[in-house]
Amino acid sequence: MSMKKRAIWVFGDYRNYFQNRVTLQLLSRARDLARKIDGEVCAVVFGHWTEKWVDDALSQNPTFCGVVGEYIAHGADKVYLTDHPRLASYSMETYTLLMERLAKQERPEIILIGATTFGREFAPRVAKRLGTGLTADCIGLDINEEGLLVQSAPSFGGNLVAQIVTPERRPQMATVRPGTFQEIPHDPLRTGKVVEIPLPEDLPADRVRLIRVEHRLPRGQKIENATVVVCGGRGMGSKKKFMKLFELAALLGGEVGATRPVVYADWADHDALVGQAGKHIKPQILFSFGISGAVQHTAAFNDAKFIIAVNKNPNATMMKRADVAIVADASQLCNALIQELKRCIR
Amino acid sequence: MMKLVVCIKQVPMVSELPWDPATGTLKRDLAEGMMNPACRSAMEAALRIKEAQGGEITAVTMGPPMAEEVLREAIALGADRGILITDRRMAGADTSVTSYTLARAIQRSCAGFDLILCGFSTSDSETAQVGPQLAEELDVPGVAYVDEITLCGRTVQVQRLADNFLETLETELPALLTVTTGARAPRHVPLGGLQEAFSRAQIETIDVETLGIDPARVGARASATKILSVASPTAGKKNIVLTGTPKRIVEQLFERFDDKIGGAIGRDLKADTKKAS
Repeated sequence: MSMKKRAIWVFGDYRNYFQNRVTLQLLSRARDLARKIDGEVCAVVFGHWTEKWVDDALSQNPTFCGVVGEYIAHGADKVYLTDHPRLASYSMETYTLLMERLAKQERPEIILIGATTFGREFAPRVAKRLGTGLTADCIGLDINEEGLLVQSAPSFGGNLVAQIVTPERRPQMATVRPGTFQEIPHDPLRTGKVVEIPLPEDLPADRVRLIRVEHRLPRGQKIENATVVVCGGRGMGSKKKFMKLFELAALLGGEVGATRPVVYADWADHDALVGQAGKHIKPQILFSFGISGAVQHTAAFNDAKFIIAVNKNPNATMMKRADVAIVADASQLCNALIQELKRCIR
Repeated sequence: MMKLVVCIKQVPMVSELPWDPATGTLKRDLAEGMMNPACRSAMEAALRIKEAQGGEITAVTMGPPMAEEVLREAIALGADRGILITDRRMAGADTSVTSYTLARAIQRSCAGFDLILCGFSTSDSETAQVGPQLAEELDVPGVAYVDEITLCGRTVQVQRLADNFLETLETELPALLTVTTGARAPRHVPLGGLQEAFSRAQIETIDVETLGIDPARVGARASATKILSVASPTAGKKNIVLTGTPKRIVEQLFERFDDKIGGAIGRDLKADTKKAS
């Protein structure tokens, strides 16, 4: 009998699929981690007619074969699937029980769950039942020389990042912030195994009943979740020049943020305010134009991964906080960036 | 009479905090404490239920002795009593161990509770895990990230926004809810109440012995997770300065950071540049 491969599981969080890419991002990272522990990557999917979730939108695509197929095409070696009418909508107690039983039976080494609202309630329940540790909202995952999963978790609004391990208990569990990893491209030729797990016959009724559910399509993306944010301050010069930031943001697929003086001057809506009294952002890239960097503003983007700041004054606080500090007129640089992006993105 | 329990946590007020690099834990004794904002929101939710239909509110906290301050604040706001779970051996607990300890204290001191309210997350560690794990420990139905709460007899109906789904959920008491900060503005502490709370508050202090639990099941020792290190993410920044004409700067930006920018916007800028030129 061959030794069972060590498994890295990714919870298939397919609700809001297309907008919500976190499962695909985790499958991608799980592949990197699996190489280091010589393991396999498994997706775990609970639902009903899970095939149907992407059916309509992907009907143009002849390679389509539902969520299960999507997960294989994006990196899963194996998909555990429980498909039953009782799982037609997400249900905390039922999903927790299914995950608990499957994990106790299959004993994965690692379970990764996207830090969606559902995931952040689901994961701690599963971890509790499995008697193991869990790190919340990770912004980094790696395997150390001892073969342990090193989980990077921000705390105090991202002012500090802790490296956390689960030395003894198994599985090692983490929820991971969406946007942390890049998905690997859809490969229609990838193959994988589908293991169907029947719904247990003794499944108790959920004590929490779903009375109504309404799918609210987000009006554009929210600045809090945007991967690219273009923030502007008074240094942009005028409302007209500030408006150019929207063009830049559109080219970058990002959102526009503003400082308090800009909102007061009515160059931007209050919704765009980035600061302690406004929105907290955590983009992969933050472009900061003509912002001096008052603490009420800078405290709101401690989690920004890479900061590019533009200011005429090289000594502005914002310039010191940046990875790249560009000494230039904010408006002129904005225009130059727009031109260059238009040239290379056709 | 409705028996309400509100779990609250004292969190450091400042974001620049003293850390012990050797242990990777916070030197909490050096930080000024306050009631965690989401816990204030949970407290507000409890007060509104009490005002609408009567009831008794017990505020529970676990932490160092100074955490008693937030219990007094809760009492000043309108809680009827406070329970302070404090024991050196409980320090450094992860969320699972914290929820275990809280559950034992609630079972001991708040037996027959109807509704437990927690803040959805704390501003220090931001895990949002203790609430759901406490529901598991106590084996009661629980809902996290709740905005609206409506009580009707023994049924509690809640509304929450989860991943773009506006859900209305219902369950029977006893239950546990974690509440968001958005739905209700917490009231200010009345000055008179604060004086009262500090002079005549009913606060019960609980330790490992009072709970009658195995000391090996609390604190850092019992926790499955271990902190290897804590670092400031801004410490390692290189702070590269670019100067010149806007055109030249943009070119440099694309040459040197095409992977960063391209990665974030999901395009291969090098390939795009080649295509364009």
